[in-house]
Amino acid sequence: MSSPTSTPGGRKRNRNDIPATPGSIGSTSPPSQRRRGQDSSNADLPAMPTSPATDIASPTVHDTSLFSSPRRSVLPSEVDMSSPLMYGTPSSRVEGTPRSGARGTPARQRPDLGSVRKAPQVDLHSDADGAVASEPSVGQKLVIWGTDVNVGTCKEKFQRFLQRFIDPTSNEDENAGLDLNEPLYMQKLEEISVVGEPVLNVNCGHVQSFDADLYRQLICYPQEVIPTFDMAVNELFFERFPDSILEHQIQVRPYNALKTRNMRSLNPEDIDQMITISGMVIRTSQLIPEMQEAFFQCQVCAFSTRVEVDRGRIAEPAVCRHCNTTHSLALIHNRSAFSDKQMIKVQESPDDMPAGQTPHTTVVYAHNDLVDKVQPGDRINITDVVPLSLLNPTTGIYRAVPMRENPRQSNVKSVYKTHIDAIHFRKTDEKRLHGLDEEADQKLFTEERVKTLKELAAKPDVYERLSSALAPSIYEHEDIKKGILLQLFGGTRKDFSQTGRGNFRAEVNILLCGDPGTSKSQLLQYVFNLVPRGQYTSGKGSSAVGLTAYVMKDPETKQLVLQTGALVLSDNGICCIDEFDKMSESTRSVLHEVMEQQTLSIAKAGIICQLNARTSVLAAANPVESQWNPKKTTIENIQLPHTLLSRFDLIFLMLDPQDEAYDRRLAHHLVSLYYQSEEQIEEELLDMAVLKDYIAYARTYINPRLNEEASQALIEAYVDMRKIGSGRGMVSAYPRQLESLIRLAEAHAKVRFSDKVETIDVEEAKRLHREALKQSATDPRTGFVDISILTTGMSATARKRKEEVAQALKKMIQSKGKTPAMKYQQLFDDLRGQSEAAITKDMFEEALRALADEDYLTVTGKTVRLL
Amino acid sequence: MPSSNDWINNPLGVVEEMFVQSNSNPEWEAKVLEYFKGKLKEKQAYSWIPSLNDVPLHYLKPNSLVKFRCLVQDMFDPEFYMGVYETIDPSTKAKVLRFGKYKDVTECGVDLNSRNTVTAERQTFYCVPIPGETLWAKETYARSSQARVVPSTSYIPSRQKRSYEEDDEMDTQPQKQREPHTELHANGDSKRQETEAPSGQTTSPSNASSPLDLNFPLPGERGPACLVKVYEDLDSFKLNDMLEVYGILSVNPLLSVLCEEKDPSASLLDPTESMETPEEQRAHDPPASLVPRLHMLHARPLQHNNPLLPSDRAEDQHAFVSSFMVEMASVRAEFLAYLTHILLGDGLAAEYLLLHLISSVYARRDVLPLGKFTLNLSGCPPNSSFTESLHQVIQELVPCTYRLSMTLHNMNSLRLVPRKDYVANRLVSGALQLARNTSLVLDETRLEQGQLDASGVQNITALGNLISWQKVDYDFNYHQMEFPCNINVFVTSEGRSLLPSDCQVPLQPQVTPPNLEEYLSTVHKAQLTSQINKFRVYLSVAQTLDYSISDEVTKAVEDDFVDMRKDDPQSVSAEDLHRMLVVARLLSLSLGQTSLSREGWMRAKHIDMLRRTRSQPQTTVNGNEP
Repeated sequence: MSSPTSTPGGRKRNRNDIPATPGSIGSTSPPSQRRRGQDSSNADLPAMPTSPATDIASPTVHDTSLFSSPRRSVLPSEVDMSSPLMYGTPSSRVEGTPRSGARGTPARQRPDLGSVRKAPQVDLHSDADGAVASEPSVGQKLVIWGTDVNVGTCKEKFQRFLQRFIDPTSNEDENAGLDLNEPLYMQKLEEISVVGEPVLNVNCGHVQSFDADLYRQLICYPQEVIPTFDMAVNELFFERFPDSILEHQIQVRPYNALKTRNMRSLNPEDIDQMITISGMVIRTSQLIPEMQEAFFQCQVCAFSTRVEVDRGRIAEPAVCRHCNTTHSLALIHNRSAFSDKQMIKVQESPDDMPAGQTPHTTVVYAHNDLVDKVQPGDRINITDVVPLSLLNPTTGIYRAVPMRENPRQSNVKSVYKTHIDAIHFRKTDEKRLHGLDEEADQKLFTEERVKTLKELAAKPDVYERLSSALAPSIYEHEDIKKGILLQLFGGTRKDFSQTGRGNFRAEVNILLCGDPGTSKSQLLQYVFNLVPRGQYTSGKGSSAVGLTAYVMKDPETKQLVLQTGALVLSDNGICCIDEFDKMSESTRSVLHEVMEQQTLSIAKAGIICQLNARTSVLAAANPVESQWNPKKTTIENIQLPHTLLSRFDLIFLMLDPQDEAYDRRLAHHLVSLYYQSEEQIEEELLDMAVLKDYIAYARTYINPRLNEEASQALIEAYVDMRKIGSGRGMVSAYPRQLESLIRLAEAHAKVRFSDKVETIDVEEAKRLHREALKQSATDPRTGFVDISILTTGMSATARKRKEEVAQALKKMIQSKGKTPAMKYQQLFDDLRGQSEAAITKDMFEEALRALADEDYLTVTGKTVRLL
Repeated sequence: MPSSNDWINNPLGVVEEMFVQSNSNPEWEAKVLEYFKGKLKEKQAYSWIPSLNDVPLHYLKPNSLVKFRCLVQDMFDPEFYMGVYETIDPSTKAKVLRFGKYKDVTECGVDLNSRNTVTAERQTFYCVPIPGETLWAKETYARSSQARVVPSTSYIPSRQKRSYEEDDEMDTQPQKQREPHTELHANGDSKRQETEAPSGQTTSPSNASSPLDLNFPLPGERGPACLVKVYEDLDSFKLNDMLEVYGILSVNPLLSVLCEEKDPSASLLDPTESMETPEEQRAHDPPASLVPRLHMLHARPLQHNNPLLPSDRAEDQHAFVSSFMVEMASVRAEFLAYLTHILLGDGLAAEYLLLHLISSVYARRDVLPLGKFTLNLSGCPPNSSFTESLHQVIQELVPCTYRLSMTLHNMNSLRLVPRKDYVANRLVSGALQLARNTSLVLDETRLEQGQLDASGVQNITALGNLISWQKVDYDFNYHQMEFPCNINVFVTSEGRSLLPSDCQVPLQPQVTPPNLEEYLSTVHKAQLTSQINKFRVYLSVAQTLDYSISDEVTKAVEDDFVDMRKDDPQSVSAEDLHRMLVVARLLSLSLGQTSLSREGWMRAKHIDMLRRTRSQPQTTVNGNEP
């Protein structure tokens, strides 16, 4: 530690160590820089005591090195002055040494590490007794003042971490294309040397698993430790890639600090610690050029000096040191140094808020290249954010009229202003919109919770338990609840894009139809409240645009912005659509793509894109005649296009069962609602939380696959389904039904927390599917289950009947002989008279249309002409 | 009460004393709370403290203990403040430890680098007087207060003193409800009339001289808004809670000066200055003269806002309720007769109105609110002031109420749902941000044909959600947040309402007075105040009673239901049973019975049947779900 130049962080030991005291600084630039380094010590670190590069850098070398900075094209002699303060990164030290690869690389200051914190440290320093720091001779034992961080050890540890850390289980997409069995961060360094983006993102989880002590230090003293990391990385980097040219030195950006804080639980103890909080960006400010260093020039003798910003203020020198003229110094803006800064307001994400309170907001400052990384509306894990800096309460110093006796003193508002300096942002949104197959929000579960969940899963009747816990206030409808439960869990996502098929739908879609007043809406509301990313819309009130996405021009920036609608917003969730039947035709049509391909294509205002909408649809429809007509098919009752209906895996009817035992149970259930005590209700509320976690856990961690038996069972089931209809000459199952079965079986396996889909899962899927079909696809005329009702919109018998009527009509017309034209009404009456079965007008018209299609006749107005 | 003067007039002195005694032992904070809680427990102690609600701000002594009956309208972000700090006397260099709790501004000469500084956390709630509080409630509260407030000598209560701005507003604002004997009271209130900027139109934020928007939920409200600084139990408070806050009033003019004094050019250099927009400044740091600060020492959550009921202690209340119970049945009969007169002699409608007035959401089963009873009174004469008069009657009966005239213009332009304004960083209130058990009268007779625009549709949807689920989805721009509520909605309409309702009663007037208004006012005037007071107590008591159903009656109800279904399954649905159970519950409670009897159930069935036969021709068409 012989050289003060190389140890700008001299404050850590003792001021008196440094031979050049501020007062002695002359007009030569290197010492002034030295002084700067020392005063602005907070961001600085003491150089590694063992550093061999202790020779004083010659000023010229230094200057040129800085001159190469592409960012600052100022006169060479000024460059070093305008360069941001440094904290002993290699460039200041390494140059002149044999391995001076870093020579061309300027350091870049890190305002994110809080230059505002400067003052307290200097002041603490003035408490001379705080000499925890030892003599330089102690060497390795040296720690940074106020912490237990030893720079040398810390650096060594981190270098070891970089060189050795291997994470074979890593599945982060950031590490895509890296060899998992090689040291991860060395590969990343290599990447940096190729790409030239001097930022190294370090996962704190990795640091923790590698060296818990280092991790603790990182969390507790980020302002000291991160620069040390920077130093370590740069040394390592330039040792490895001496020839690479970077814009500035590599900066370490730790992220994923495990000490994740809910915005709500931030408290004074977190100040100056590294934390990770998540939230939503609600507002970003304009770019703020923050002055780092002011350049003053004497109007008399042109002597120039620089003053660093201190606690957000610049002390204007009153006297020119050169010519001793007072008040002759003027600020030269062009030659002052600025850094980019942006204020970002982040609001607590709605998921982790207690009910009945409003979300909190926090101010985050982004610096340099983090500026403009996020936009309002983004959900971010403002990962890793350093210190919740306490700003000095100098904000509102009251100077004018004194309230106190002593006018020179000031009253201060006793409130601090807090903010967070961001080191790293991580968008959670991005993945949802464009990502592959990643559950974006990984909900963290405590071990206890996982244990209780697993215990629950081990119970043989877990399926029944869960389904009965679902919407307990809604009575019975067990199968519907089971169906919805399976929908909540969803199937396993499969990717067939390599074989050209693309993603397979894993989401289960369910349609509920039935009489009004059978608590369909209530069920929908319940589901909407249960799932984290649910959307609730009503068919009446939503338009196609509201469901999908629309392009909007931001009035301020004239930038086109894509606003997402309900379907996109419920990606990975459930979109509940009430009054499905009242939706307009055009609105419904967008659902076709969503419900099978799980994407939304948008081509509007020059934006052409495909958004993911991997949402399950839970829809409720009322019959057209307000009462369900049991004599009609499902299609006829709800008047929905069969193309859409066939995309629902399960279609349930919610009808009044109208039987006495049911009525009795229903009455009991309802009456009990009205006198149960609060505690009983509480108990069930607890259940809802468990259910939520259970579903979240299963969705995140369980990915069941079919085993051999199960696939056999599925094949059999499918073949059976096909067989049923073949006897009567109709198709009773399509591949879509097989896919539904698979999804349901997988979902059922998820309910059991099983990684294998087994026969019992298939059995339940079959049963449920059959139940639903029985309800919705029974042909009211024959009493048979007929899938073609749902797939083609018409039962096979109905089709047959239609043909018969047409034939009868044709025969009748032929029997009348050669009459080129007939009265419509008369023909109808004749046909009715002839036929044994009652013929409605609809049927007659259909028959006419069928004959017209054969080019046998045409209908014009009230007359029918033969061709 | 000379002994109490100290803790009321100079609470900070008491705190100071305890702080000094404690010798920087952190326990002093708990001690302070203990002390004030103990003081407040003393008999009548509550009434000795002046209330911000009925004493004009300029009459109150700064730094004295005051109380404020309010609704938590918005919760601001937590802030860190100097809990304990050290000051240095510049001449003697003596260091003194001081406390920053319960204060906005520090003493002189803070040593910013002292090691003894303790940073603590507190939160600010933006509180407004309870929206829709009726005149009688306000007056009764004011009368019960025994605080003798001596107007400060410098204040001369003359109208000339008022600024021209206030005067303008005085003239333009129609003040129908002010009666002569409330003149003084109303005067005090109107002092701070720069209240709600006309809702719906956003005042241009750049216009710094525009009157401060105090963000009241309902238009035309007045009274002081208050920034309440909360120190303890931050999590126990919820938005829209009704509180009676006891705290130290801080109107330090320094606060305003600190804000205004800011040098705009400094904002570039000082990062802390650029953090807040001017709008945010105005919203969060309004001048203390308009929005006083209140440092909370104690807060009492209000279960009801009825000044006629004892609110202090649970035992008191219990005794009161049980003594009133004997009277219940007779008061009910009188009340029913009164309502029958009001509803033009329609006894059934009066019965239902009574049930509606005592309904309250008492529990929620998953998403389903239990106990709500939205009443739709159809067949109201259109284009008359019937609903208005009806509302005036309700105003005399319940502590909080609001009439929303559902004109097309109102629906399209009013802001019903509170919305987060991210520029000013506050929750802009809407008319549906109401306290619990507020009676909301929707006047659908005013609705005419025409086009609803986007916001109109949203407003109607919000009303529908409120009625069906008793929740309001606050608009947070990027997402919505659901806030459960407990609002009694009463819809008057000509035909069946377009809004969903739990129960629809067509009005069948038995008398047709030539002049409706005159008739109603004479009916109203015929009631003695003491009687009206009884009704008021009756409503609040019935609302708070507990209720149960015995197994035996459960069985009977079940049988009944099964029987009804047997005859005609279409006639009774699960929804009907739901409604009948609510009716049975309310009917029992209205008679002061806390458990359902067989007779009660039969009665409920009977009146529901009467109602159904009456509305039969109207209900068949629109059978779709809400």
